[in-house]
Amino acid sequence: MKFNYAVPAGLLAASILFTGCASNDNNNNNNSGNEAAAASSSNTASAPASTTAPAAADLTSAIEQYRNYVIEQCDEFVKMTESFTTAVKAGQLEEAKALYAPSRMHYERIEPIAEALGDLDPNIDARENDVDPADWRGFHKIEQALWQNGTTDGMSEVADQLLKDAQLLRAKVETTDIDATLLVTGAVGLLNEVSSSKVTGEEERYSHTDLYDFVANVEGAQKIYELLKPELAKKDPALDQTIGERFTALLNELAPFKSGDGYVSYETLKEDEIRKLSQNLDALAEPLSNMGTILGV
Amino acid sequence: MKKDKSAKPVTKPSEGLMDQKLSRRDILRLTGVGGLGLLLGGTGAGSIIAARKASEPAPAALAANADIIPFYGSHQSGILTPAQNFIVFAAFDLTTIKLAEVKQLLEAWTTAAAALTSGSLIGNVNDNPNLPPSDTGEADGLSPSKCTLTFGVGPAFFDGRFGLASKRPSTFADLPAFAGDALEPQWCGGDLCVQACADDLQVAFHAIRNLARIARGTAVLRWTQEGFQRTGGADPKGGTPRNLLGFKDGTGNPDVTDAAAMQEIVWSGSGDGPAWMNGGTYMAVRRVQLRVEVWDRSPLSDQENTFGRYRQSGAPIGAKDEFADLNLEAKDAAGRPVVPPNSHSALSHGDGSVKILRRSYSYSSGMNLKTGQLDAGLLFISFQKDLVKQFVSIQQRLAKSDMLNEYILHTGSAVFACFPGVREGGYIGETLLG
Repeated sequence: MKFNYAVPAGLLAASILFTGCASNDNNNNNNSGNEAAAASSSNTASAPASTTAPAAADLTSAIEQYRNYVIEQCDEFVKMTESFTTAVKAGQLEEAKALYAPSRMHYERIEPIAEALGDLDPNIDARENDVDPADWRGFHKIEQALWQNGTTDGMSEVADQLLKDAQLLRAKVETTDIDATLLVTGAVGLLNEVSSSKVTGEEERYSHTDLYDFVANVEGAQKIYELLKPELAKKDPALDQTIGERFTALLNELAPFKSGDGYVSYETLKEDEIRKLSQNLDALAEPLSNMGTILGV
Repeated sequence: MKKDKSAKPVTKPSEGLMDQKLSRRDILRLTGVGGLGLLLGGTGAGSIIAARKASEPAPAALAANADIIPFYGSHQSGILTPAQNFIVFAAFDLTTIKLAEVKQLLEAWTTAAAALTSGSLIGNVNDNPNLPPSDTGEADGLSPSKCTLTFGVGPAFFDGRFGLASKRPSTFADLPAFAGDALEPQWCGGDLCVQACADDLQVAFHAIRNLARIARGTAVLRWTQEGFQRTGGADPKGGTPRNLLGFKDGTGNPDVTDAAAMQEIVWSGSGDGPAWMNGGTYMAVRRVQLRVEVWDRSPLSDQENTFGRYRQSGAPIGAKDEFADLNLEAKDAAGRPVVPPNSHSALSHGDGSVKILRRSYSYSSGMNLKTGQLDAGLLFISFQKDLVKQFVSIQQRLAKSDMLNEYILHTGSAVFACFPGVREGGYIGETLLG
């Protein structure tokens, strides 16, 4: 699901600027990741007339609600990022640390959308080594400063840039085309994010706040599931039930790791606890990946 | 999209054989590319076949295929089946506590196993662009490669969770501790096991991967081990395979074509235990690490005395023929036994009254990072109708005084009750859960 960060961010930015204004009524603005989404409408349209009403039409309301959710999360994300970056710029180390993970949760909930917006994801969320060192910016650069270097020194510009990137994200989602395929694949994409980096503790290598991201990704997937649930329950009640049960199982598995308003450090997890979380995640992601059944083929 | 790939007939475009329909296996034999294909990871042979197939399509009527071992039958395959080249063994833990879900899993596994062993794709969602394919696809187009899948349940299956305690065969339990055991929990036990064997490692891996995928939410992998034997390509005559200590391993195995012997040694029959196991058997699995570095600096005579056999011929010490009877009474000029009484062969043999069917594989798991030594060994597997009377009695003798113990370490242990075979329309474990 991640973009290939090897493409210089500057180049990506340019391509987005060029295509951004013309792209909003279709999905062609992305150099990768969304070909499937673009193709899906024609697939659905060419489905035999004998099937029930075209599934895409039934998802209009779900898509609209998801758009609202994304905008709502973006609004919160900008607000929180502003507080976070203000603290960084003011040299308030502890305050910044406290705001770091909760701010990111709003972003992690809607990650597939952010990723669909091209270079915004690497600008906001790239880890060291994901991008050319010269292009590295965003949350994780500040994370390194806060936790590894124990200082906010030198982070003022990065903070300003991050806030700008967050605001740009907010502006762009307004006009982003969200279609049924993006919705369906986005849910499992969120869980794949967890599988690939959060469950292994690679995402938050300095702050060890991986569980915040983990939970947020799961919540983002759950939101999509809830929006699609009415259609899914009609089309495949057994699958709907399985997914529902496995969300519950995974959330139950996560519950003991709550700490106050947040979550315990990833470093406190034992090996068998990590394995169990990972297995619960896989158990959920497998049926969730079959939600595409509602797209009707 | 159901594909019947059981038929892989191709016509060899050589003059004299133009009209003969040949199976993939025939082609491999005739062109002598079996070994080559293996060297090329299978793709070599595959591309040769593909090239011929493209130019000379053959009717699909010749489905009977030496690469298919029937899945359905009165016994499970993979037990008497001559050992294929590769194994992927997997032990699973159930995560559900609902018996109905266990049953569903075994039913789903049965359907999948029938497809996997015949070389068909699993499920019917393999061409829907909106969904992940129901088969992971890495065996698509490959020969069934004599794939067998053998299923069993561990003693833990009969604990309180599923209300099956009363169905547990009375002597079926984890193996007792043996002297010198160095068991590590990550190589032990399991509620369920699947032994996947095939003449192609990718085919065997594909089977375990898909069964694990189907199990998600109901069961999780507990441990897995891949293994190998010399391949049919490397040893077309099918001689007794050698273990990684260089010795022939399996010379004394009972004859699997002797139905009476198999009934006596392997299959649980009426009166042997619970009726649900009639036609089933018990599997012992031991992961045995070999101290190959230590072995490699031992003199040949020590090595041969340790096994009680000659390394090159496999014959018992004092005999010429590999299959000569093990004469434990023979004495040398000084009155000492020719075959050392503490040798592996002598102790395994005992008085000859107790036999098991061994079906082991070697494994190599890279390097031990701590010592820099090879992490290699034997995935010992045996089948017997009574674990206690057969495997345990032999292993107790071995654990106590086998000269081989100096060179080996038992790191893993598990036992499984392997269900009787399943008939078409039925499911694995039906006699127990039905």
